Amino acid sequence: MEQNLLLTYLLFTPIIGSVLVLFIKQEQKNLIRWFGVLIASVAFVISLIVYFNFDASKSEFQFIHQIVWIQSLNVSYYIGVDGISLLLVLLTTFLTPLTLLSTWSSIENNLKMFTFSILFLEAGMLGVFLSLDIFLFYVFWEAMLIPMYFIIGIWGGERRIYASIKFFIFTMAGSLLMLVAIIWLAVYASQLTGKFTTNLIELYKIAPTITQQIQGWMFGAFFLSFAIKVPLFPLHTWLPDAHVEAPTAGSVILAGVLLKMGTYGLVRYCLPLFPQSAVQFAPLISVLAVIGIIYGALVSMVQTDMKKLVAYSSVSHLGFVVLGTFAMTIESVQGAVIQMVNHGLSTGALFLLVGVIYERTHRRDIAYYGGIAKIVPVYSTALLIASLSSIGLPGLNGFIGEFLILLGSFKSQVLDNWWYTVFAASGVIFAAVYLLWMYQRIVFGVVKNPDLKNHLTDFNKRELIVLIPIFVFIVWIGIYPSTFLNLTEAASQSILNHVSSFTFDFLK
Amino acid sequence: MELANLYQSINLIIPEIVLSIALIVLVIADLIFHTNKKIIPFIAGTGILVTAIFVINQFNYIGFAFSTATHTARSFGMLAVDSFGVFFKLIVIVSSFIIVLLSLASDEIQKTTDRIGEYYALIYGMILGMFFMITATDLILIYLSLELLSLSSYVLAGFTKLRDRNSEASLKYLLYGAVSSGLMLFGISLVYGLTGSTNLYIINTLIQNPHINLFTLSFATILIFAGIGYKISSAPFHFWTPDVYEGAPITITAFLSVASKAAGFALLIRFVKTVFVSYETNEGFWSLIEVFDWQSILVVISILTMTLGNFSALWQNNLKRMLAYSSIAHAGYMLLGLVVLSNQGLIAILIYFMIYLLMNLGAFLVVMLIANKINSEEIDDYNGLGFTSPLLSVSLAIFLISLTGLPPTAGFIGKLYLFIALVDAKMIAVAIIALLNSVVSLYYYVRVLKHMYLVKATASTPSIIPSTSNAILLLVLVVPVLIFGVYFQPLVEFAKDCIVILGI
Repeated sequence: MEQNLLLTYLLFTPIIGSVLVLFIKQEQKNLIRWFGVLIASVAFVISLIVYFNFDASKSEFQFIHQIVWIQSLNVSYYIGVDGISLLLVLLTTFLTPLTLLSTWSSIENNLKMFTFSILFLEAGMLGVFLSLDIFLFYVFWEAMLIPMYFIIGIWGGERRIYASIKFFIFTMAGSLLMLVAIIWLAVYASQLTGKFTTNLIELYKIAPTITQQIQGWMFGAFFLSFAIKVPLFPLHTWLPDAHVEAPTAGSVILAGVLLKMGTYGLVRYCLPLFPQSAVQFAPLISVLAVIGIIYGALVSMVQTDMKKLVAYSSVSHLGFVVLGTFAMTIESVQGAVIQMVNHGLSTGALFLLVGVIYERTHRRDIAYYGGIAKIVPVYSTALLIASLSSIGLPGLNGFIGEFLILLGSFKSQVLDNWWYTVFAASGVIFAAVYLLWMYQRIVFGVVKNPDLKNHLTDFNKRELIVLIPIFVFIVWIGIYPSTFLNLTEAASQSILNHVSSFTFDFLK
Repeated sequence: MELANLYQSINLIIPEIVLSIALIVLVIADLIFHTNKKIIPFIAGTGILVTAIFVINQFNYIGFAFSTATHTARSFGMLAVDSFGVFFKLIVIVSSFIIVLLSLASDEIQKTTDRIGEYYALIYGMILGMFFMITATDLILIYLSLELLSLSSYVLAGFTKLRDRNSEASLKYLLYGAVSSGLMLFGISLVYGLTGSTNLYIINTLIQNPHINLFTLSFATILIFAGIGYKISSAPFHFWTPDVYEGAPITITAFLSVASKAAGFALLIRFVKTVFVSYETNEGFWSLIEVFDWQSILVVISILTMTLGNFSALWQNNLKRMLAYSSIAHAGYMLLGLVVLSNQGLIAILIYFMIYLLMNLGAFLVVMLIANKINSEEIDDYNGLGFTSPLLSVSLAIFLISLTGLPPTAGFIGKLYLFIALVDAKMIAVAIIALLNSVVSLYYYVRVLKHMYLVKATASTPSIIPSTSNAILLLVLVVPVLIFGVYFQPLVEFAKDCIVILGI
């Protein structure tokens, strides 16, 4: 097999960078900041090189690098990308330097550890997306818990300790179940082929042969772990706490990338490894997804805290992704993947925007604001675009993802019921209600608080540098989504072909 | 006994002989250098190192020492020297060496310089007891070595006399110990009554006789388990552990939690394997003689032990006491390796012990270094330490994360192999209970991190910078925890070489 080191460079850039940061003196704050941004940008450049050399017409994994790691368990360091993972890798490397930039002035204490945590987290996330060995995947999956715990716990808000521990325990409980399932799979493979294996490509062939009942349990273990991460209703309760208490950078990373690890896991592991169970449970899961869409939207509506509102809107948006994944049509899966990116961009932008005014006024309650359009016109425009993108206005990115998901789920043979689509579509309407209502209360009307005039100022250059790239992509995906859809088409189709090859007795 | 046999036997117990000589040298040196006792720790350390060389050398030897009985053309001795035993001796000797270094760094121990000779002599007594416990294949010798270990530890638990809790620890340890060793002795006498032998191998063949009195045998076995369970602090014989661990000098706590536990485990595994297993299947599973269902009993004990340990640890405010409960929980995890009754499980236990040694001693080392400075082990006093004492806090964080069993630390590998063994033996339910326990343990380990990192440092938060030698010792324990978390092949290979238990 041809070896390609490019992805290894990509993966190790933030790891080495995070270690190097520790050697910089704590007092040299600007050096630490620049170094962090530099490392994250280098990772972004490498991922761009990967992108430009990537052949989107092929469905198999590319840039493969495999080294035997643990002989006795037949575990290898095995990484590669296909269209889906490449898109998420790009999202990760794109957002990380921006989040580091966004915290330039808001994080002052223990900056070194913060930069270390963010870079280490980036490595963990990249590892999750790149791994083609399920054991390697698990190691990265768990390893990123610790930096996230610290990011929320050290630099978070008032209830940060509660939120960080809740986050930690929720996600670990889920992932340990997955560990047992992973071991079970590997042991099963060893009984079947005589060789213990954690190689994902081999497991794709082996796992679907498990008897239906046991496959259900295995699927359940994996699914639970991913569903907690997504988070799917009713496992979402950790998310609002974590989001609200996390610092802006933490929220952006959390919404932008971390949650995608859950949805990515569904696409990469749950569907192809356990196709029969995935089809069997698809209606049930879709019901939960639709409940999540509506529930998240309704709860968003009554929030008085901006950050909490955006956090609950994530529950709603990610419900779409889960629905799209389990509708299992090419449109819906492509839509789900593009929606993962959309959510990363628009929710990321919303969190950044909330962070911008929070930094100035230290207030997040909607009632405090009002009439800021006159004080900060540019900011108000940016907030409008981000909100509309999140709502799913045609011409902006959110529309593409939601439209494809709704279209796909309507046609879905697996779900075979258009009521899912009807209820899910209502989520789009609710989104318009809660986001525009928030926008109205914050931006229009009279200036309620004279303080605002003194404290609130429009973007500075750094903030513009952070936000403009995000808005470019929000519009790009909205107007010309083919750039991204082409990338994921072959990979999505291949996963669906794989699923249907095992399940045509289900799909009459 | 023939002379040739005696000569050969002596060859097989060279490490024990070296240890005894070193013990005598230590006592004499203590008398000679009574004005300047600085040399004593060095003699103790050297003795341990020399013993270690002979222990490693023992990998080349295999056989029974001090034959007492012959049975169908083969003779069995009082001691079995095999790679399994050598492995545990290594664990004991390595941890003893680290304990000597720990004692040098401990203020508590340094305050008792005038009695330092006794201190090391008693530690030697413990090591000797453990060595015999690990290799003994005769009930009488098992009992004697257990007593040698226990008596030395009773004294050491109350050694410093600096705190009231010291004496309390010692007395509690003694009382519980006396009861459990009494029970064990009763069990041994019942077994002797049933079989007419104290040799484990002969008992093994005799209890396969269908006419044996099952009730008496089961009863006797449970009594013997009381003695062993007390040493590994498994439920329901764990009650002494928190009090003793909290009250004893921290070096002794660390020693008890690693070495003494290792010896107890070695004894338990050897006892189960030689007495109750009739043969090994091709897949490496041990087939039990159908007189006594060890498996179910061990499943229950193991689950009880880890659950009790973890849930009790949740409420602790003293870090030493919390680590005591956590060590009970870890005994529960390790018992899982025995529960599956397979070579795979045994390998998992051995891997776990190597990692457990590093992370547990490491955690105690940090707690000790911090206690040296702030004279407290209360978790509340750790507030903000993460920012003022980076090296100690980061190390403690790594040890605790490893104890939780999260990648990329070695603790994860230990758990991983245990889970593999469980899944391999189709005991999924037990595996799930064990992992739920891990989630519980996450809460109390992370609580320490919370106090160190999430609570902001104040002006009164002390800044603790360990001396260079202590920092090196710390790194020697931390770095492997990280490396073995990523590259654990050598551990696995070594463990696979060390599963030979001399059997029928």
